[in-house]
Parts: sequence; structure tokens; C-alpha cells
Amino acid sequence: MKLNAKIPEGKLEDKWKNYQAKSHLINPANKKKLKIIVVGSGLAGAGAAATLAELGYEVQCFCYQDSARRAHSVAAQGGINAAKNYQHDGDSVWRMFHDTLKGGDFRSREANTYRLAELSAPLIDHFVQQGVPFAREYGGVLANRSFGGVQVQRTFYARGQTGQQLLLAAYSQLYKMVRAKKVEMLPRHEVLDIVIIDGKAKGVISRNLAKGEIKRFAADAVVLATGGYSRVFRLSTLAIGCNGSAIWKAHKRGAYFAAPSFTQIHPTALPQTSEAQSKLTLMSESLRNDGRIWVPKKKGDKRKAIDIPEAERDYYLERRYPSYGNLAPRDIASRAAKERIDAGHGVGQFKNAVYLDFKHAIQKLGKKVVEDRYGNLFNMYEKITGINAYEEPMKISPAAHFSMGGLWVDYELMTTIPGLYAIGECNYSDHGANRLGANSLLQTSIDGYFILPNTINNYLEGELKAKQYGIDHPEFSKVEDEVREQIKKLLEVNGTRTVDDFHRELGKVMWQECAMSRNRKGLENAIGEIKHIKNEFWKHVKVTGSDNEMNPELEKALRLADFIELAELMCLDALQRDESCGAHFREEYQSEEGEAMRNDEDFAYVSAWEYNAGNFVLHKEKLMFEYVQPTVRSYK
Amino acid sequence: MKVTFKIWRQENTDAQGELKAYEVDGLSEDMSFLEALDHLNEILVLKDEKVIAFEHDCREGICGQCGVFINGRAHGPHNNTTTCQLHMRSFKEGDTIVVEPWRASSFPIVKDLVVDRSAFDRIIQQGGYITAKTGTAAEANAILVSKEVSDSAMDAAACIGCGACVATCKNASAALFTAAKINHLNKLPQGQPEAHRRLLDMTAQMEFENFGSCTFTGACEIECPADISISNIAEMNARYVKAKLFG
Repeated sequence: MKLNAKIPEGKLEDKWKNYQAKSHLINPANKKKLKIIVVGSGLAGAGAAATLAELGYEVQCFCYQDSARRAHSVAAQGGINAAKNYQHDGDSVWRMFHDTLKGGDFRSREANTYRLAELSAPLIDHFVQQGVPFAREYGGVLANRSFGGVQVQRTFYARGQTGQQLLLAAYSQLYKMVRAKKVEMLPRHEVLDIVIIDGKAKGVISRNLAKGEIKRFAADAVVLATGGYSRVFRLSTLAIGCNGSAIWKAHKRGAYFAAPSFTQIHPTALPQTSEAQSKLTLMSESLRNDGRIWVPKKKGDKRKAIDIPEAERDYYLERRYPSYGNLAPRDIASRAAKERIDAGHGVGQFKNAVYLDFKHAIQKLGKKVVEDRYGNLFNMYEKITGINAYEEPMKISPAAHFSMGGLWVDYELMTTIPGLYAIGECNYSDHGANRLGANSLLQTSIDGYFILPNTINNYLEGELKAKQYGIDHPEFSKVEDEVREQIKKLLEVNGTRTVDDFHRELGKVMWQECAMSRNRKGLENAIGEIKHIKNEFWKHVKVTGSDNEMNPELEKALRLADFIELAELMCLDALQRDESCGAHFREEYQSEEGEAMRNDEDFAYVSAWEYNAGNFVLHKEKLMFEYVQPTVRSYK
Repeated sequence: MKVTFKIWRQENTDAQGELKAYEVDGLSEDMSFLEALDHLNEILVLKDEKVIAFEHDCREGICGQCGVFINGRAHGPHNNTTTCQLHMRSFKEGDTIVVEPWRASSFPIVKDLVVDRSAFDRIIQQGGYITAKTGTAAEANAILVSKEVSDSAMDAAACIGCGACVATCKNASAALFTAAKINHLNKLPQGQPEAHRRLLDMTAQMEFENFGSCTFTGACEIECPADISISNIAEMNARYVKAKLFG
């Protein structure tokens, strides 16, 4: 299949307007005849479900949690970017577009990225109207702060809980439409497969997690809004239930998967402290403004941090990147930490961390100032670790965070399966090879509120006249049987190892070979190991309980089965990209100083993988840069 | 580290439940409380037993999904925290730790430690929103909101919907939860047009769901992980009188 991104005609700033002027519309009387399934209730899913319902469509919205309000958008802290230019500091749609394209190391489409910036300002208007208590100045206007990698102040925020406040606004709007009986909310429902009839998405098979019941749901279009897949590493900043199952099943049914290896590693999370650890908590990047990062010069130094004299400390970021120092960008800071840890200089019980030290800041600024700036973070640190960071340095470590990769979508956010859409973090659209801070809440919201509700008409208009299928169509029963068969197979293995045990093994392989830095040999080995894990999993996993009851162990097993397959594709994708760009760093492609070396000649494309009976076929969507010429990202 | 968990096991809503004891070894002080339960569940799987069902998701204290009674207190021994932020270092070697689900008739048990909190969603559904469609918003700075009002709305909006307030209240009252949402929206200019209706509809739903009445014991604000103050309830009551008189 030839990939067609369907970029509209016209100048960059006119494309979205031109698209809207020409796309098909559906009259209100007909809208209520059309049903849309939305999978996921985060900012993308809830925003889309509420807005589609307001437009008059019949909507069913699924989430695996007990309520739509738990979706992991809730955990985003920092803020949301918008080109409002409220600070009068020279910001504009163009500048925001440029920052985002460059931040993504020129691996996203100009037209998509421009639209992201273009729709950012009305999104802030929307959230203010919905009652989001954004930070304000004394005069009553909205406040802004700056965020990594840009020179203007365009980030809007609600304390350290911006994601929570935006999600709750979307959740409220969604439940307003539940009350209006235009949305049927299905919490504790996991979508286990997608039903395709005559090449079009026509429904899903879902399991009621409270009761175990498996059911068919038919619709005229299916929208996936299922979030990121970084739980493939097991230890990540994501929620425990975050998974890639729905997009993986869609992939296996024909949706191309784009750039699966583009995953962002965040430099400042709390390190793993035990084998049983399930989650890595993020500490705000802002700590790097005053904290200094170091490791002991001596390998395996057993002394306490405070007993190591200055001369025996290696402030490696300051040493390697004298101009940026401790404020080096995320990917650089993460890789540099990994390099020191791998070289045997890691600290802490598992030798997997580096120090973030406030000693000098406290000496220079006084404890009071440090407390004013970071008090809440120091408290959080003490709550989790039991350590007082005013007296000894924090221990921090890189952690898997965001997935730029996801299902390939065109300008309309439709996957390669007609009628199947992917929105929010689960698609590959605007971020390229690296996401800028405070752009994730933006992208996910814009996809759900503004883009999808405008593009889905264009497809559904054709469905009005198309043949209607119900859940009694043979394809529904075929897919349902396959779902039941997979569950049955899992329960029957009755082996000797737990699901978590396999997940830990997979996570270690992925973290070692397919995270911050990758190389050919390592990736090839990883693919072999992943195949072995898959084999062992289906021979030796043990899942207790049955399928007709609430069974958290079965849920985990089903998600892990998909993660194992996705992991292989991530490694394949990293292997084919013989260049370093953004979060994808191939050790073979670096300058003498260790800088990433991008290769625009051969790799200015989006990789889009087709699933073909257990094999993966690579397709390439060539990226054209008409308005901005790709330049080298330099941090020196 | 070794402790004994006494955990409520119940097959489903209608089944009879009971406390079962599990002696668990191999824990470490740095483990979170939920990781200790993960650890126990792995042991149970290998012993061919069903795992203990418990709620959790983000494990960083913001999603509000986790929450159990630990030794008779909502979210465990510390004030104003979630269960996921509790660590085993808060317990001693050899301790017996009793773990029960939220106890409130409006939160029926689904299984083991999992309860159904959909009554909260139904309260929100009755007006915990601003009726405005996507695409109809005016320029964000067109309506000024003073910093004091915005900050105070944010204090109320911080609620994570975990249900600890209900579970810890001797009357199983949902007043703190309901008040927090009403005050968040009714403080803001955007929430004014439907302020009275919101308040009357949401409080009516709260009563319809059979939550108890608030008798101002203050137990809720001690457990609330989002530090929602009990003064929110007083404010809601004052607004209620106003809505009844002038609404």
C-alpha cells in the first residue's frame, strides 16, 4: 500500500483552513444515526468523545480504569504550551511550529506540526471556559512560565498538576454528555481486538474487567486513544495499567505502526531501589536549575556521598558540556548518566543512579531560597525515599517516559485502516524523534477536541450510504473466537513463572539495548532474546483464576503478550535507522565528541511497519521540508 | 523484612467475605505498600492461588484509583497521603497489618479490596461541569480572574476522587468530595451561570446515592491526600442556603 498523508493544498498557514473548507459535512439529523467507539478516556479520548457527542454522534467510550478520571493524562505535571504571546516576548505560531519541528529533530511533517501550533491558542481558551484553574497574575490575566528548549514563555500551568486539571475538565465535559445520554461510558472495559469488515473498522471486542464477560460492540468508526507504550520497559513513569494492546491488535489487523523505536527517556526520575519495584516516579526537571549532577571518580566507591571530597567527584555534565552543563537537554543528560553508570560509577544500592546535589546551592543561596523553589519536591523525595535532600544529595536515574512512535496516521488522524483513527500519544504525528516538554498535553488535547471531530465527518459521510453491519456479522464471531482462544491458551499454560517475572526479563533487555543508546550488535541480540522470551512465556507462564471473574493477573498477562511482540518491532525499527536523531541514538553514528549524527539524505522518512503473518514489512513516508531547512541541533 | 498481612478476601459483591492471614517474607523497607502486595500476589500465583484484587494505577499519588483501609485508617498510618505513597518502612519487622476495602454502603465491594465508586461519577454527572461546547470559547484573557479566586478554586479542584473521605467518615458522607467540585466551579466566573443549579443537582444526587450526612467531625480532611479543607463543606452549605433562597 502506498502511504498517502493527505496533506491539503496551499501555503502552510492555509492548509488546515483549506482542509476544513473542503471536507464533507454531515447534517445533524444524520449524525445521530452514526455511532463512534472511542477507546481510552484520557485527554484525547475524553475530549473526542465529549466533542463528538456534542456534535450529535452516538458515542461509546471505553476505559480499563474504574472511572474515566483515572486516565494517565492525570499525571502530567509541568504544563501545556500555547502560542498566545501573552508575554510579548516574540512568540508566534510560526516560532512554536519551528521549535517543535526542530525539537523533534526534523522527523515529523511540517503540515501536522504547524497545525499543532496553530490550534494551541484556541485550546487554552477552551480549557479556561471549562473551568481549569490555570495560574494567574494578580491582575487576573493568565500566567506563563518557561520550559526546556525554547526562548519564550508559552507554558500555561495549574500548579504542578496541569495534567490533572485538564483531564478533570475533559472528564467533566464527558460526563455532561453521559447525562445527556449521548455517551455511553464503559469503565472497567478493556478492548482486546478490533473488528474489520470489508477493509473498514466496524467494531471492537471488549472484556468487562469486573465480571470477565466478553462482548462485541459495533460502530461506524473506531477511535483509538490509548496512550503510550513505554511500559514495554516495565519500569517507567507510566501508570501500571498503561498498555499497547489495542494499537498492537490494530497493527496486526492491518494498521501500520510508525517509528516504534522513538521513545523518550527522562533524565530525572527516582532510581529503582528493589527488584520488586513497579514504577519510577518523575522528579521535575526544574531541579537541574540549581542542583549539580555528579558521580564518584573512583569506580564502585563505597563511601557516603557527603564523605567524598570535591576533588574525587566527577561533575560529568559540566565536564562534557561546559556551555549547557547541568541543563543539557533531556536526551543528552540521560545518555551521559547511562554512560557513567555503565562504566561502573553508578551510586546507590543498585549502582544505578547518579547524585543530584544541592550542597552548593544551599551554601550560595541559603536553605530558605532552595526551600522556596523546590520545597514540595524535596518533601516528595523524602516521602518516597525517606532521605532528607537538604543534608545529602538526591539519587536520580533516567526512566522510560513518552512514546513518540505509534500508529501511523495521515493528516486526518486516520490509520491505514479506513474508519480506524488513532489520536493522542498512541499515534505518530507531531513530535518527530523527540518531544518537547509541555507539548504532550497539547497534542493529545488538540487531536481529541479539535482535529478528529473535524476530520471524521469526511469518512463518515460515506458510511451513511454504505452497507450497515451488526454484531451478528461472521467477522465479529471470528474475532471474538480468536480473543477467547488467546485467553484460553494463556490460562492453560499453567507453567512455573509469574507474568511479572517475564515482564522484568523483557524490561531488562529493552532497557539495555533499545533505550538511551543503541547499537547494531545489541539490537540483533535483543531480537533473539525477545523471541526466546516469547517462546518461554507461552510455555511457562502461570496465570491463576479464571476468565469469567475479575482477574488482574489475566489482564497483565494479556498486556504483556502484546508488549513482547511490540518489543521486537521496536528493536527492528531501531536497527533499520542507521543514523542518530532525537531520542534515537545509535552508537555507530556519533561525532568524536559524542554528538548525534543525523543523516537526512537517507533517513528523512517516517518508518511505517506493516504486519504480515508474523513478519514486519517496512514502508517509508518521505518527509518533505518546504518551509524550514533541517539544521544540526547543537548543545555545545 | 517479614510481616503478616490480614487481608479481606471476597469473591464478588454478593459473596461472604473474610479476613485471611498471609505471612510474607522477603520484603524490603524501600518497597511501597502496593509493591508488597504485588510481591504477595506473585507468591500466591506460584502456590496456585488466586491473586488479591486491589485498585491502583499511576502509583504516584494523583490518579486516585488506589485506596484501602490499613490498620483501621484510610490510606494507612500517615495523614494526607495515598496508599501508593506509603512505604514498608512505616511498619516494623513482625507487624500484623490488617488490610480492608473502603467501607461504605454507597461503595459496594466488587472483589477483595476493590470497591465500586461510580456514585462519585454520577455526582459529577449532575453538574460538575460547565455547560459549554467545544469551539464556543471566547479569548482566554477576556474574563479576568483574580489570583486569589483562581488559587482558591485550585485548592478545591485538587481532589483526586479516591474516596478516603467517605471511607473514613463515620457517616460515610460524601460532603467533602461534592463540596470540592461545587466550590471549584462556583468560585470561578465561568461557573456562575449555572452555579445554583449545579449545587442543587449535585447535592441531590449525593443524597440519592445514600451517602450519609456530614456532622463536621473533620475526619475526612485528615485523610484527604489532596489536603482539601473541611471549610469547603461549610462553604457549600452557605452556598446551598443562598441557592435555595435565590436560586
